[in-house]
Amino acid sequence: MSGSHVTVPTGAALRVKALETLLEEKGLVDSAALDTIVDTFETKVGPRNGARVVAKAWTDPEFRKRLLENATAAVKELGFGGPEGGHLVAVENTPKVHNLVVCTLCSCYPWPVLGLPPVWYKSFAYRSRAVRDPRGVLKEFGVEVPSSVEVRVWDSSAEQRYIVIPQRPKGTERMSEEQLAELVTRDSMIGVGVVKTS
Amino acid sequence: MNGIHDMGGMDGFGPIPIEKDEPVFHATWEGRMYAIAMSLVRNADEFRHAIERIPAPVYLDSSYYERWLNGAMTLLVERNNLSRDELASRGAGPVAPIQPAGDFAGDSPKVRRRRARFRIGDRVVARNLNVTGHTRLPRYVRGKRGVIESDWGTYVFADSNAHHGGDRAQHVYSVSFAARELWGKDAPRSDTLRIDLWEDYLEPDLKSAKPAMKKPRAGARAARGRKR
Repeated sequence: MSGSHVTVPTGAALRVKALETLLEEKGLVDSAALDTIVDTFETKVGPRNGARVVAKAWTDPEFRKRLLENATAAVKELGFGGPEGGHLVAVENTPKVHNLVVCTLCSCYPWPVLGLPPVWYKSFAYRSRAVRDPRGVLKEFGVEVPSSVEVRVWDSSAEQRYIVIPQRPKGTERMSEEQLAELVTRDSMIGVGVVKTS
Repeated sequence: MNGIHDMGGMDGFGPIPIEKDEPVFHATWEGRMYAIAMSLVRNADEFRHAIERIPAPVYLDSSYYERWLNGAMTLLVERNNLSRDELASRGAGPVAPIQPAGDFAGDSPKVRRRRARFRIGDRVVARNLNVTGHTRLPRYVRGKRGVIESDWGTYVFADSNAHHGGDRAQHVYSVSFAARELWGKDAPRSDTLRIDLWEDYLEPDLKSAKPAMKKPRAGARAARGRKR
């Protein structure tokens, strides 16, 4: 489906440019402010933030507790917050539960900790199938969840935005928080990927 | 509205387009479009609804940020910030013909409802509502039986806010449904789904409710949303 692909119709670039020019002429937007927004999401906000949250949760039991009780307040301790982050919820993978996050109606996503969503998260394929066949979706990402484990899908339909706390891999007991953060992938915090093991 | 955007459970969209190491924006115009929307949009519910009102064939044939472009232009024209002619003459058009936004037509009282109608552990049914305006009650849960897992507190009602119909703030709950309840007996018995539903979307499940077995307020420790 073209809606899922990243092929860029040549017209879109021209149309957006024309729109921006018109809006600026009318004083409705400020191009310098737009530059700042783009730069923020290209360089400052991204899944590295979430990885720091996860690594801290793995190493600091008190932080983990606060994170599971009120993720919005807990991530603020690390300086993270902003649009789409006012009602964060952290859900933890366990040996019995594997969490997977989707937004079937649009593209709701926890921006302050994960940045903007990847194309696949916004794709019609993921939005349609993640709720109906999460195990099939997980297989497409190379993740096999044993049948003894509950797959719990979270459809972000209201104001809550979800981040998955993946399980800490075995053999990482001696690693520092910084080293652990390097293992945490974006996909593992959406629930479709696994944490790197080294 | 029962629009094309309500995709949960559909087939026919092919494999998931997984791209390794993808950039935040795939072209400069995507970033500009994102930033324009961030600067202009004050009511996310209204903006979502503008995107939902894109005609289904256009919606399916547009990329993600093209839909944002379409939705933003729709709202700018509807608010008389810009005219269709202006947009067309400068090369920003055309604005796809869109369904009018209409008014909020729900049965929700206008006052904020602080008192929660449901408690953790209550069995509920998602109402079979088919509103023509904005809603966050997807088709795939309507008429299905679930259980209240958390009470997030009171939130502005998206269905009303999208149409400037007042806050009508009310409790939002995390409701769990068994995969089999949603998708039939072939779904794995172990699997579940949780979705956040406004109180107006729910009614008590009188058929399977067992008041004597009602759990205590165990969910009191669940994280609370910002109160409004």
